[in-house]
Amino acid sequence: MLSKRNKEALFNPLSKDNPVLVQILGICSSLAVTASLEPAIVMGISVIAVLAFSNVIISFLRKTIPTNIRIIVQLVVVAALVIIVQQILIAYNYDVSKKLSVFIGLIITNCILMGRLEAFAMHNSPWPSFLDGIGNGLGYTIILVIVAFFRELLGSGTLFGFHVIPQWCYDHGYMDNGLMILPPMALITLGCIIWVHRARNKELQEQ
Amino acid sequence: MNKNSNTYQILYAAVMVLLVGTVLAFIYMALKPKQNENIANDTRRQILSALHIVSPNDSQVKETYEKYVIQDLLVDKEGNVVDSSQNVAFEVDMKKNVKLAERQLPVMKCKLDDGSVKYVLPVYGAGLWGPIWGYIAVNDDGNTIYGANFSHEGETPGLGARITEQSFQDEFKDKHLFLDGEFKSVAVLKKGQKATNGAEQIDALTGATITSRGVSDMMADCLAPYETFLKKLQGNVLAESESNNVNQPE
Repeated sequence: MLSKRNKEALFNPLSKDNPVLVQILGICSSLAVTASLEPAIVMGISVIAVLAFSNVIISFLRKTIPTNIRIIVQLVVVAALVIIVQQILIAYNYDVSKKLSVFIGLIITNCILMGRLEAFAMHNSPWPSFLDGIGNGLGYTIILVIVAFFRELLGSGTLFGFHVIPQWCYDHGYMDNGLMILPPMALITLGCIIWVHRARNKELQEQ
Repeated sequence: MNKNSNTYQILYAAVMVLLVGTVLAFIYMALKPKQNENIANDTRRQILSALHIVSPNDSQVKETYEKYVIQDLLVDKEGNVVDSSQNVAFEVDMKKNVKLAERQLPVMKCKLDDGSVKYVLPVYGAGLWGPIWGYIAVNDDGNTIYGANFSHEGETPGLGARITEQSFQDEFKDKHLFLDGEFKSVAVLKKGQKATNGAEQIDALTGATITSRGVSDMMADCLAPYETFLKKLQGNVLAESESNNVNQPE
């Protein structure tokens, strides 16, 4: 079930081979949906689902896919899964689907998906591909949640929509930093996380 | 079979597209009723919110809505009711409606717990990134705003998206659409600015100039056609108070 290789497929993307921090993929959506925690988490779950299932499907089809049109085949599979996720959200979690609006559709353009399909699912059997999808999705989600945590806390003084910064801070002149809500600060927050991550992992540092 | 032959590739693509298309069509059909219900309930919730009625949970939204909204009307520019069949105002697609030269003017007549009658008028316009829309509840004097609710499709979170916040919507309460018998709408302007036509105004949202202007324009654009209808309401109130005066014993 979980051989050493499979464990690597599942756990490496969480830190050492993180798609966002190390491969710098999927930056666009991590800037867009991280203004608050709730959409960030739903986006993360959606990406995990789409990534895991598209990995499995492509892995099953990998021996039949003609090399010339493989990118198109991958895109069609991803697009179909994204539409399914979107339709299910509208039907069963309308409020969140309203919050995420266009971003669910934009999962299609998330480089992590194409990256994993090309790099992993095209050469591996379905089970490792599934684990790889879950692992990379989780790696992406963790970063999303960390960035969203800081942005929501410093930008709006809330977490999951609840006020956490006590009133006396505001009484003493503390103000929410509106800049945190804007995409540039997401990029800077992300930069800081990458910096800390590299400082702690010597093997990631270029000589 | 040669995987790189043209026949194989074309066949592969064709079969794949057919398959995916069928699956998606099937899922779409299966989920459509549930989705339509969600969308309708969401609209009902927005209308109730304009009336300051706290949204109950999903299963009760329809019931509550039907309790308070007593009649759907379509009026024309002269303020005459042209259609009053069930749900006729609710079913107007505002997105298409605002593009028409001769718009349908939906009105939802509501009666609150205290017996007062309100008229809910839908508005639809453009924000910074996409459409914004809302519902304005007007008192039966045809002038004072009772409540407002705004929604948007993709305004910036924390900036333009704040039009959906209660604190912003509450500012519309008790504002007047008419000043000295003339239709003025309500302007959304930065602090210190004055509306050119002298309309009553509301502070714009910081950092969301275009969305704020969108709300302002939407109000003016969508409520102006109701001018005669609202004036008639004002007339009714006058007539009623006059007839009350006549009936009073001396």
